[in-house]
Amino acid sequence: MTFTLSDPTWYPIASSEDLPFRHVYQGQLLGRELAVWRADDGNVNVWENRCLHRGVRLSIGINEGAELKCQYHGWRYANRSAGCTYIPAHPADAPARRIQNRTYPVREAYGLIWSAANDEQPFRPFPGAEDKDWLPLRPMPVNAEPEDVLAALARLDQYADILPGLSIRSGNVIWFVQPVDAGRAVIRGLLADQPAEPLAELRRYNELLTGLRDRLERAATRKPAPAPLQPIFEKVSADLATMPEIAIPRGNTMTVVVKRKWQSADGVIGFELAARQGHLPTFQPGAHIDVHLPNGMTRQYSITNGPGDLMSYVIGVKAESAGKGGSKVLVETVREGDLLAISEPRNNFPLRRDATRTVLIAGGIGITPLLSMARFLDKSSLPYELHYFVRSGEQAAFRDQLEALHGKVIIHQGLPRDEIAATIATSLGEWSMAQHVYVCGPSAMLESVRATAAAQGWPDEAIHFEYFKNDKVIDNSSSFEIELARSAMTLHVPAGKTILEIMREAGLTVPSSCEQGACGTCLTTVIEGEIDHQDVYLNNSEKASNACMMTCVSRAKSARLVLDI
Amino acid sequence: MPNIDPLTRDLWQVVAATDEITPGVVETTILLDTPIAITRDSTGAPIVWRRTDEEQGDEINPASIAERLPVTSGYGYIWTSFGNPPAELFPIPEYAEADRVNMSCGSIGIHVSAPRAVENFLDMGHFPYVHTDILGAEPHTEVKEYDVEVSEERDEVLATRCRFIQPRAAKSATSAMEVEYVYRVPHPFCSVLYKSCPEDESRRDVIAIFLQPMTEERCRAHLLQSMIDSTSTITDLRRFQQTIFGQDKPILENQFPKRLPLDPRSETPIRADKSAIAYRRWLSQKGITYGVIPAAG
Ligand code: FES
Repeated sequence: MTFTLSDPTWYPIASSEDLPFRHVYQGQLLGRELAVWRADDGNVNVWENRCLHRGVRLSIGINEGAELKCQYHGWRYANRSAGCTYIPAHPADAPARRIQNRTYPVREAYGLIWSAANDEQPFRPFPGAEDKDWLPLRPMPVNAEPEDVLAALARLDQYADILPGLSIRSGNVIWFVQPVDAGRAVIRGLLADQPAEPLAELRRYNELLTGLRDRLERAATRKPAPAPLQPIFEKVSADLATMPEIAIPRGNTMTVVVKRKWQSADGVIGFELAARQGHLPTFQPGAHIDVHLPNGMTRQYSITNGPGDLMSYVIGVKAESAGKGGSKVLVETVREGDLLAISEPRNNFPLRRDATRTVLIAGGIGITPLLSMARFLDKSSLPYELHYFVRSGEQAAFRDQLEALHGKVIIHQGLPRDEIAATIATSLGEWSMAQHVYVCGPSAMLESVRATAAAQGWPDEAIHFEYFKNDKVIDNSSSFEIELARSAMTLHVPAGKTILEIMREAGLTVPSSCEQGACGTCLTTVIEGEIDHQDVYLNNSEKASNACMMTCVSRAKSARLVLDI
Repeated sequence: MPNIDPLTRDLWQVVAATDEITPGVVETTILLDTPIAITRDSTGAPIVWRRTDEEQGDEINPASIAERLPVTSGYGYIWTSFGNPPAELFPIPEYAEADRVNMSCGSIGIHVSAPRAVENFLDMGHFPYVHTDILGAEPHTEVKEYDVEVSEERDEVLATRCRFIQPRAAKSATSAMEVEYVYRVPHPFCSVLYKSCPEDESRRDVIAIFLQPMTEERCRAHLLQSMIDSTSTITDLRRFQQTIFGQDKPILENQFPKRLPLDPRSETPIRADKSAIAYRRWLSQKGITYGVIPAAG
């Protein structure tokens, strides 16, 4: 057998002990280097040991507990998905695209970390693996061909059984040969049941392996060395390799299960939406998902999760008694176990993670994106203050999660209006460089924070807020042509009518929800023409790309627009 | 001799700081996978030849060296070539200004290809992370928009309007300031940086890096500073640059692959990497294959 890069066998690549708290271990398998790290939630990640940006080893990176930070330019990659969550060189809009580091399958079992070159085979325990308490022996690296190492191990015991996957059972020990490269291996042993004197046993096996290694290495020098395996660095996708001004219009939905539904506070219902398999896509703090509701509507909800926390998304929904439409359906009819379609996360509310002071101000249900932000800042030990305003009688939502934070979290309950304004003013303080404020809540609060901040010297770039509503006055005075490329139709859009209306009048079925440029449901790709954006959904770089728009409010600056419809 | 592209063969390549070569004493090094020897004659003029059995430190009669490689001196360094080098080295006119302190700041071996090291020199995004509290610091991580062009007539990559906030931009700087940079890449393995000078607003300090490609995966970085600085000592100024380089070295040596990939799809660029992208493209168009992984096709 000669080793190939694509050998799908699962091999042990590390001991559990090699992954202490906040450390990144450099593993090796079949000619490749692996960055192996344990997140604070216990999950073990096995990634290609190379930052996608400029190829620096991630094993010299910093394990922040839920994200790995590259040492070269500070890019951060999330636990589980290896998705890039932050690019410090462009903190305002990065990452504009889905950047994901290469990952390998992983399993932790019997005190060892296992991985394989690909997902072709499921992980299977070795024969007799269950019902024993295994003790990993000290690994022994050997400069010899893995097959020769296996043969030498077999010669130690004439009654040994050769097992699949370069392993051998000899008495109460199972030996595994980890193929590091064509001419290098690591011997890893598992001892069944804890011996009475573990130290003495470990030493005894270590001596045995040292002798074996010396013999093997002496023999290896007498044969020609095999050519090392040449790892292939896979190319990044074409859209990642071009200059990244542009975000790609999305529209993909995925199905999630309502895993838990609970009352988080008076009038706030929590929903936990889990992936049906594996984990959900990477998101950034402040991101939201579009939830497609059983009644055909789409609503946006912020993800409250912390970094690298991708097994499910938790959202909070306001159960207004007089509420109609989206939230009402979620609260009244959607139950645990139901399936929902959601969009991939998108972020119109990016958090800078290089500020010297971050002030988060939430009103009511506006806590949801800010809770996520606070969790990210918390994990990276960055200074922040979270001010959460709730009405009297109403309790604060997500109280347990807030209490678990280490930063300054203040819940202001039942303050009269004028006191709210005064509290905002003192919480903000005078601006100084590299301070940022993020606010989410009712529009009155948004306005109050904006006005107060401006009065206290905060520049526009330091005040961040997200609209779930488009309060702008839409200018619909233009008139122009639209050409629908796929439907082979040209239509005239007069002043006073929207593109959406005109398309519907022409008999097309086009999705929409808020019809005010806030929800993203009617997002459409534009092939030609200059767009007059008037929505609050797309971010500035997406708008600048001139490649997509919302048909409910956008118009044309040019005489004609060609749409991909 | 390994496969060296004709362009690389014809370039002037830096091999040593002139004042570190003692006349009549052999200094050995490697250039483009080839062992070479260097000395100077009694007038101080450099001599470079393919090394045969000479050893480092041997005393030699310079007149006895018959087969010599082309040689030139410039910016405090000795340059040679295995092909037909141009008449002149690329220009750094500031070097000749009378009131500047010109100094070589040492030569540092780095286990990475010369083009990777050039790219690192052009890159502002790493300042807050690799040169923390010297050339950059959080919260100033943003790389603002800058301009890049490949100048046809001068055949060089030029990045202008580069601005970055630095806690301590130079030895003489005492507080954080926004420095403005201009980067030139006038030679595939050399780059020149102009930065606002803390002492004289109307002029700019010059820092250049000349990389000696030893093998495709190893180089030596030779540094030149041409400063307007009346207070610091040469030792201080040198130590400052050496500190910076000492910080880059471990990062560069952990870059994979060690040769610079020219295929645009091998790594993920961001807007901040504009100058690196132009540099990679320029190398590609020139047909440089040494120290790089050429784009297929
Ligand atoms: S190489 Fe990792 S962030 Fe640039």
